[in-house]
Amino acid sequence: MIHDFFIQEFTFFFIYLIIVLSFNLAVGFTGMVNLGHMVFVGVGAYVSAILTLGGMQWYFALLLAGLISAALGILMAAVTSRLKGDYFQIVTLGVIFIAIAVSRNWVSLTRGALGLPGIPDIIKSNFYYMAFVGIVSVLFVLLFHWLVNSETGKIFQAIRDDETATAVLGKNTYFYKIFLMAISTFFAGIAGSLMAHQINFIDPSIFDLEQFIIILFMLIVGGLASIKGTIIGTLLLFVVIDALRFLVVAPEIIGPVRQMSLLIILLVVLIFRPRGLFGRVDV
Amino acid sequence: MLSLHNVTKNFGGIKAVDGCSFEVKNNTITSLIGPNGAGKTTVFNIISGLTKPDGGSIKLLDKDITNLPPYKIAQSGISRTFQLTKIFRNMTIKDNLLIAKKTDDEEMKKALARVHLHKSLDTIASELSYGQQRLLEIARAVLREHKLLVLDEPTTGVNPKVRHELKVILRELKKAGNTVLLIEHDMEFVMDISDEVIVLTEGKVLKRGKPKDIVKDKEVLEAYLGK
Repeated sequence: MIHDFFIQEFTFFFIYLIIVLSFNLAVGFTGMVNLGHMVFVGVGAYVSAILTLGGMQWYFALLLAGLISAALGILMAAVTSRLKGDYFQIVTLGVIFIAIAVSRNWVSLTRGALGLPGIPDIIKSNFYYMAFVGIVSVLFVLLFHWLVNSETGKIFQAIRDDETATAVLGKNTYFYKIFLMAISTFFAGIAGSLMAHQINFIDPSIFDLEQFIIILFMLIVGGLASIKGTIIGTLLLFVVIDALRFLVVAPEIIGPVRQMSLLIILLVVLIFRPRGLFGRVDV
Repeated sequence: MLSLHNVTKNFGGIKAVDGCSFEVKNNTITSLIGPNGAGKTTVFNIISGLTKPDGGSIKLLDKDITNLPPYKIAQSGISRTFQLTKIFRNMTIKDNLLIAKKTDDEEMKKALARVHLHKSLDTIASELSYGQQRLLEIARAVLREHKLLVLDEPTTGVNPKVRHELKVILRELKKAGNTVLLIEHDMEFVMDISDEVIVLTEGKVLKRGKPKDIVKDKEVLEAYLGK
């Protein structure tokens, strides 16, 4: 039997794979650098936690986590539809601070900084839960592969390369950007739900910038617009983060040492491979 | 085919287009010329919906397309290229063409052959030279189902060989029934291929006529060279 530590790690790896791939769909394949991506993971986690703690079946909660995240993603995309580049990024970054403020202050719903403990397991056995999450992530990878190679996926990539040219070729770029954001945030919400049922606890720290920085590093190290890159980048950073746990340093500097190590990896990769390990477009 | 009636556009206090009216006849090559800042590209952007006019109207085959979004104008039948080429750099030639029209490899190869671009469909667009990127952009615009082709300075930044190819391409397109409206600074190119020339200065139509008449017109010469 696989050691429980590895079961936990693989479960998290599969969850992060969904998060980073859905992030790559927006950033790498469509050029929408949504810095608030982790907000939608957090929303999915909170929705699933609140609903299952209220007695709802996990599968309804899982679906609603995705749908509510997608609804918020659509709202954000609609509001920011005229913003491009840095302006879009700044607004999406601002969404993180809104999420932190809401999750800390809407105490009657989220219990504020105390968080929500006791989120029920979807499957009691850790091994079978890992297998379940693994199947979900593999299905997502397959769906993702099909989507980015479909006509719609090509239009996403055309928008990334030149939105004006895409529009004058008869494509409604507004619709496609909204649709893209709906898909990306739907899967972010699903990943958030899976995460909440894995750790059985959720609090506002899920919205912290540190969480976002980790998925950003995974994406950039693997490379934009590459499924293989996302898988390798996520796995590599996972291995490094875990290996750093065994580093013999004073507990109070473990956090900074980890951050510095990730930064060094990022710099080394970008120096030798400016597009990341398997990137198909510039970072 | 296309008619503009009294189109105006102000940017702050500057009148970029000032009551501009003209027509483009079916199956002709019409060139829009004028000194820098005359408002040519603004007129093109208004025609293709990228810039909203402050006044006036634009009709394509009697259908009012004023203020329609760019994708709807494209769907109405206007296909355009840009002064600075706008290709999908990270995508293959095939994918660039697929965005324009969902079709098979054979038709795509024909579209490339039509613009004398002899490259594999799997070539990444950013690997093409600037002149080839221009040809790809024209191939993409031509491949789209269209009624009117709008080309913004197609010869800018290309070598004499490609420039000559463009002349041949435009003549072939006209022969095949296409209607072309283009902005061009290369007067020899314009005079050689145009059926009609429209001269724009300060956002207004100064003259229009046959190339041989335009090239001798005193007002046109003054607009270009100064008094």
